[in-house]
Amino acid sequence: MTEHLDRGPLSRQEMAALVAGDIPVGAFVNLGIGQPTAVADHLRPEQAVVLHTENGLLGMGRAAVGSEIDSELINAGKVPVIENPGASFFHSADSFAMMRGGHLDVCVLGAFQVSVRGDLANWHTGDPNAIPAVGGAMELAIGAKQVFVMMTLFGRDGSPKLVRECTYPLTAVACVSRLYTDCAVFEITGEGVAALATYGVTCAELEQRTGLEFAAAAAA
Amino acid sequence: MSTLVFDADEAVAGIRDGATVLIGGFGYAGQPIELIDALRRTGVRDLTVINNNAGNGDIGLAALLRDGHVSRIICSFPRQDDSWVFDDLYRAGQVELEVVPQGNLAERIRAGGAGIGAFFSPTGVGTGLTAGREQRTIEGRDYVLEYPLRGDFALIKAHRADEAGNLVYRKTARNFNPVMATAAAVTIAQVEAIVETGGLDPETIVTPGIYIDRVVEVSSPETGPPPAPR
Repeated sequence: MTEHLDRGPLSRQEMAALVAGDIPVGAFVNLGIGQPTAVADHLRPEQAVVLHTENGLLGMGRAAVGSEIDSELINAGKVPVIENPGASFFHSADSFAMMRGGHLDVCVLGAFQVSVRGDLANWHTGDPNAIPAVGGAMELAIGAKQVFVMMTLFGRDGSPKLVRECTYPLTAVACVSRLYTDCAVFEITGEGVAALATYGVTCAELEQRTGLEFAAAAAA
Repeated sequence: MSTLVFDADEAVAGIRDGATVLIGGFGYAGQPIELIDALRRTGVRDLTVINNNAGNGDIGLAALLRDGHVSRIICSFPRQDDSWVFDDLYRAGQVELEVVPQGNLAERIRAGGAGIGAFFSPTGVGTGLTAGREQRTIEGRDYVLEYPLRGDFALIKAHRADEAGNLVYRKTARNFNPVMATAAAVTIAQVEAIVETGGLDPETIVTPGIYIDRVVEVSSPETGPPPAPR
């Protein structure tokens, strides 16, 4: 475990770069809507990562610009994209079979809360006035071999988002394996949560602020 | 047998009040807007619509909702930046919503078309969306029982058809259209061009004509406003 105390917390782009660096060479990856889409900007060509988008495209390329924009070539966030060489199109049932069937290596998601057991809450705030909309979140959370989550460690009100028990409605149970936050990167296993690195804050301070005890990290 | 029809109004004839209608598309991509417009013109009421979303902007499915044709919608992702029509109706209690995870939605429709009675899905185990539902542990993993979805009608969009009703799609406009094509008593397809039988390579056909009842050519379909840049 490394405490990076000569700097402040990670920026969103720095978090995205860390996630990108941890994606295995040749992996099939789905980047969730929102903050995780920034990971694509940090993937290196030699990683040869193949991006999946659940609306039916494997081999998704970057955002389309100018004359590349095609209303029939979009990602799950309905943003126009391009197709990379080697891309394939398929229908929604096949797309989710790919996901649910464990064929994707990594999925990167945002979250409202993650529990110490790796429970994920990212689809609904539980606000009775909010309109529920789950999309593919539940399949993304259970389907990939590894689920990485990116979020700030604390909410705007200062409350921790890594918690003993999620209070927001769950997306999936015990699914998160790695948690990337502005303050620290955590590994979540059946043994508990281990901080792999901290940024601008010590591990002891984070334990105090979250009210959690972190396990010793396995040799990284 | 597939029948080529002259226009969208003729294509949607026979859809009655209270029908369940599967409508293809992911946002605007693959949404059969001209068939939906024709459905609106029939004045039909009390529809149950199954779509991935709940309408975008003010056209297509959003216009069908706005004009009061739909009493219930089954979808995965109603709330979007441009779902103001649905949002207002939902908050006013004028449309009933059933939210289904997107992969369960697709697989339930696939099951409906494939003659499967029900299936066990790992999606949503331990969440509020599956609370109280029948569960089973199979080889150490927990699953929830899911039932198939079928429609009285399916309105779908493809790129091209041949006169036998075989369909090919284009890029991510495929999405829910091929599975919905299989899961309705009557499936109606709009396509940009109809070619003569034999004019499509059989190796490239995604939806065989057996699933298609009516085909209408809409050569320059509405595709929605230009997608917003990222």
